[in-house]
Amino acid sequence: MRSPPIPEMATQEVQLSETLAHLKTESDTLKGKLEEERAKLHDVELHQVAEKVEGLGQFVMKTRRTLKGHGNKVLCMDWCKDKRRIVSSSQDGKVIVWDAFTTNKEHAVTMPCTWVMACAYAPSGCAVACGGLDNKCSVYPLSLDKNENLAAKKKSVAMHTNYLSACSFTNSDMQILTSSGDGTCALWDVESGQLLQSFHGHAADVLCLDLAPSETGNTFVSGGCDKKANVWDMRSGQCIQSFETHESDINSVRYYPSGDAFASGSDDATCRLYDLRADREVAIYSKESIIFGVSSVDFSLSGRLLFGGYNDYTINVWDVLKGTRVSILFGHENRVSTLRVSPDGTAFCTGSWDHTLRTWA
Amino acid sequence: MTINTLAKGGWHRDQMACFRKMEKVIVAMQDPDMGMKMRNQRLLITVIPHAMTGRDVINWLMQKYNMCEEEALHLGGMLVRYGYIYPLKEPRSLVLRADESPYRFQTPYFWTSTRWPATELDYAIYLAKKNIRKQGELMEYEKERYSVLHKRINHTWDFVVMQAREQLRASKQRRKADRIVLECQEQAYWLINRPPQYLSHDPIMQGCLPSNPWISDDTAHWTMNTEVVPIPSRLRVERWSFSFMELLNDAMGRREFMTYLEKEFSAENLCFWQACEDIRHGENSRIVEKVEEVYKNFLAPGAARWVNIDSKTMDKTLKGIQHPHRFVMDDAQMHIYFLMKKDSFPRYLKSDLYKNMLAKAIVPQEVKKSVFPFMRRQRHSSPSPAQAVAQASEEEGRA
Repeated sequence: MRSPPIPEMATQEVQLSETLAHLKTESDTLKGKLEEERAKLHDVELHQVAEKVEGLGQFVMKTRRTLKGHGNKVLCMDWCKDKRRIVSSSQDGKVIVWDAFTTNKEHAVTMPCTWVMACAYAPSGCAVACGGLDNKCSVYPLSLDKNENLAAKKKSVAMHTNYLSACSFTNSDMQILTSSGDGTCALWDVESGQLLQSFHGHAADVLCLDLAPSETGNTFVSGGCDKKANVWDMRSGQCIQSFETHESDINSVRYYPSGDAFASGSDDATCRLYDLRADREVAIYSKESIIFGVSSVDFSLSGRLLFGGYNDYTINVWDVLKGTRVSILFGHENRVSTLRVSPDGTAFCTGSWDHTLRTWA
Repeated sequence: MTINTLAKGGWHRDQMACFRKMEKVIVAMQDPDMGMKMRNQRLLITVIPHAMTGRDVINWLMQKYNMCEEEALHLGGMLVRYGYIYPLKEPRSLVLRADESPYRFQTPYFWTSTRWPATELDYAIYLAKKNIRKQGELMEYEKERYSVLHKRINHTWDFVVMQAREQLRASKQRRKADRIVLECQEQAYWLINRPPQYLSHDPIMQGCLPSNPWISDDTAHWTMNTEVVPIPSRLRVERWSFSFMELLNDAMGRREFMTYLEKEFSAENLCFWQACEDIRHGENSRIVEKVEEVYKNFLAPGAARWVNIDSKTMDKTLKGIQHPHRFVMDDAQMHIYFLMKKDSFPRYLKSDLYKNMLAKAIVPQEVKKSVFPFMRRQRHSSPSPAQAVAQASEEEGRA
């Protein structure tokens, strides 16, 4: 027998939903006001300023090296500071260190999990970090003894409650920044595995991150499935700026060389540029003919070019200032999943679901 | 090249405030009633209208702002430095002379704050005009820029030459006095606004010397640019002058700067900054020990390498040291960083040490890719960074 609803509770329920509706309206009004204020500070469009900048000439870039060795989809890669070595990770659990110049494999590790979605080279060049479906980020010192199993010296550093999507060393081998499917980012002390700071604010999986090249070196940006790009203060853990203009997951974020802006690549098939001082999006890089999502973006050394790896197997090269596409590069036979420009800007490397990596120059 | 071009004219918002103030002074100077008395000035045999002498400028400033001659000279000097007033004689010397030297107001079109960022195209046209008018009139650095630009924007070079010729033709039709005025204005503008040079450092856009290793299979470019090298490349040394951060990020640049600071007896600043970086990015377990060391060496009264921090920051830091954490040195580190950036860094760039380094720096010869594609160069491997570290620790162990 159903008991009749208690009058007080009914009143409470009505009050609650009224409060919620009221709060929602307030939140929308505030968002609108924020946009108004941002618009007041906006004086001129980027491409208008760029009208006086002369256009770029013809672009010829080709595959210069093809690295074959992974048995399955390549998911991530990173450059060593020596400008020629790279580390790559793949769906089959393998992490390989290559001399991309000679195409020789120098080290290989088999992870205890599949889908190694993140890997990073240590600044010293003496270790690599990686992780994925194991929810962890582990550091492997690179041994020179060919007989030694790298896995023996493995150090477990980060522990998340969902998959590891990205990782990066900070200025030294001693700290690692991670992002995860559990919606958080975290900063870890490598030696002890201690959590130094966690960053909460994304409403869904965090897919990517990048450290700011600034004088104070204290911030980083992350992008997530909540379509937001957040800028964080590493010291306090606070989100200091947030940008929400993409229409779908943000797969990649990368700072402009000066550190005053960053680019993002999303499943909505666009790349966008956000200026931190103006606190707004300042450019969209898109074309009607580009339908598939962007998996990975990076800038050329001067920041004039933006390279994007796409899910339709291509790489599009954008003129950052003018907003136009300069070139389209073909070669991979499946999705481009990762793209990074080399430390001295002489080339960029891509990894793909076609099991290979390519260096372009 | 930075995204700061969003602020008008490519200057940061705080610099804009300074320009507005300078412009207020300039406008007051040109006020028909209370402004300066202008007259025609003689430049060789041509008479330039609406000009004034350096002495006029100083007297007006002294009177209007109730300042002494020294201060008027300084303020007037700033107005010349930033291009609001330009000299008619010796245009390259952006200095205010307290004598009969003639000066003129720069037209607002060329004001630093209103102008779009100086583009390469405009600069190329200006240089082309100079070259056409009088062969060999270009200065050394202008000749360099001219040939670099010619290579870089080669696809628009016809346009550049055409524009240059057009502008020269149009100017021939002006009265000589107007022409000289315009030339002076333009010259003054370009002295102040040389276009930024990051683009020439971008190998994907400009190529690199002697060749891009990925294209030519020749690693000479990397060999010449390793961290420590007896003679660095010209581009590398130039890059140190772009910003303080660029200098510090390059191991060699940092070393050179340390040498300079040692000569100035302020090396403790850079050492302190490095020690603070070490704390910020080092292992958790060693923070307490490192903070102790830094206090002993740099902050304690009578410390061997005492750093000069303002009392407020010092008090805050000393208090924080009692409960040391990773960021306890942040304020002090920032203070010293900006001290070096604003003071030592600009002086270093003007020093003989830097100038000599720039002079003897190498500009490698371009080496084109081999003509015979089937004769592939051997690709040499290089020692792994891990190897270098292992060897070093082995040697230490043996010693």
